[in-house]
Amino acid sequence: MAKIKVYGHPISTATRLVLCCLHEKKVEYDFVLVELSAGAHKQPQYLALNPFGVLPTIQDGDLTLFESRAIAKYLAKKYEGQGTELLGNSLSEQALVEQWSQVEGQSFNSPASTILFQILFVPMSGGSTDEAAVEMNVEKLKKVLDIYEERLSKSKYLAGDFFSLADLQHLPYLDYLVTDCGKGDLISSRKHVKAWWEDISSRPAWKKATGKTP
Amino acid sequence: MAAVKLYGPLASTATSRALACLLEKQVEYQLIPVDLKKGEQKKPQFLAMQPFGQVPVLQDGALTLFESRAIVRYIAEKYAAQGTIGLLGKSLAERAVIEQWMEVESQTYNPPSSFLVFQLAFAPLWGIPQNQAEIVKNEKKFSKVLDVYEKRLSESKYLGGDEFSIADLSHLPNTEYIVKATGKSELITSRKYVNAWWEDISSRDSWKKIREMSKAGNKK
Repeated sequence: MAKIKVYGHPISTATRLVLCCLHEKKVEYDFVLVELSAGAHKQPQYLALNPFGVLPTIQDGDLTLFESRAIAKYLAKKYEGQGTELLGNSLSEQALVEQWSQVEGQSFNSPASTILFQILFVPMSGGSTDEAAVEMNVEKLKKVLDIYEERLSKSKYLAGDFFSLADLQHLPYLDYLVTDCGKGDLISSRKHVKAWWEDISSRPAWKKATGKTP
Repeated sequence: MAAVKLYGPLASTATSRALACLLEKQVEYQLIPVDLKKGEQKKPQFLAMQPFGQVPVLQDGALTLFESRAIVRYIAEKYAAQGTIGLLGKSLAERAVIEQWMEVESQTYNPPSSFLVFQLAFAPLWGIPQNQAEIVKNEKKFSKVLDVYEKRLSESKYLGGDEFSIADLSHLPNTEYIVKATGKSELITSRKYVNAWWEDISSRDSWKKIREMSKAGNKK
């Protein structure tokens, strides 16, 4: 049976999310590099797979799927019973996984991605960081992380006492913020967020997804 | 069995998104208004349910749930056997495509359309100055997104496939405001397949009911 194909780029946060999920579920895949610097994601060949021209896209047999969170959810469902269970064990647990996944997508993602874009990617393409935008979004992110701190003081992981997609979805941006953007203090200054971050970022699947283990 | 409780004002797009799903699934509910003007959503009593201070919140027995798109999925799953069937697709692959377009709504359709709705429909009402440069930018962005939808809907009756699903439902609230309250309805109506899709989904009983409830609310 053909392996799942992942079209993506190693630096892409959304690609990393999908790769991490594949490793958590112990699913083999073939990686197809989409050369961002060559604008490959905006070429007709890629747009035929993903009309929004963003990464990643997967192919699983006849199914072509984009949007990393939708891909992760598909993999978590399809491979229920192998690897890590990522969706909770009851309707209520599933609902809480979904709730905190939505929080990631609606409240965490925007400030985190703006900070990363300004600090890392803008200079990479020859521009200069908009410090005001960084500051504004750091303040936004602090408010979100304060709520996470409260939540994680009562619950080992976001959706409950089990690791889930909701936690996994936070790995790519948090990793960049801590490792490459000098924003580790946002995490380390919050006791429970720090413990949670150390736990989830030390998972073998995350290390494999980012090439941190051979 | 006690009705589920949905906290939020009907005028909020997120609240009407959740309510649309309750109506599609014919779930008994109680809509409890939250006065945003008075800052009710930032008071301790509300924050105890929803720490981000946002509407809506669902209470179903022991479960308190927030984020409208999580509420939609929960209701569609829990009440799978009643009301409109097939909102989540009939197979894993169909469900995946529905989830894909749910994410597109959440990440790509929602930001520019929400911005336009706020700037064009609400800012003038609330005496907030409009940002013309950003309006132009977001209109361009939203137009590009709608071009992709036009192509998709020329190939597929609904976003997820042949049947109405939660992916289409999620788009109802923002699109309603775009068409009715921004003066930019042509963004939708000028696109043949997007317009046909909009006419179809907005004429469903669930959305008609929400329109009636809004009218009745506005008469007070």
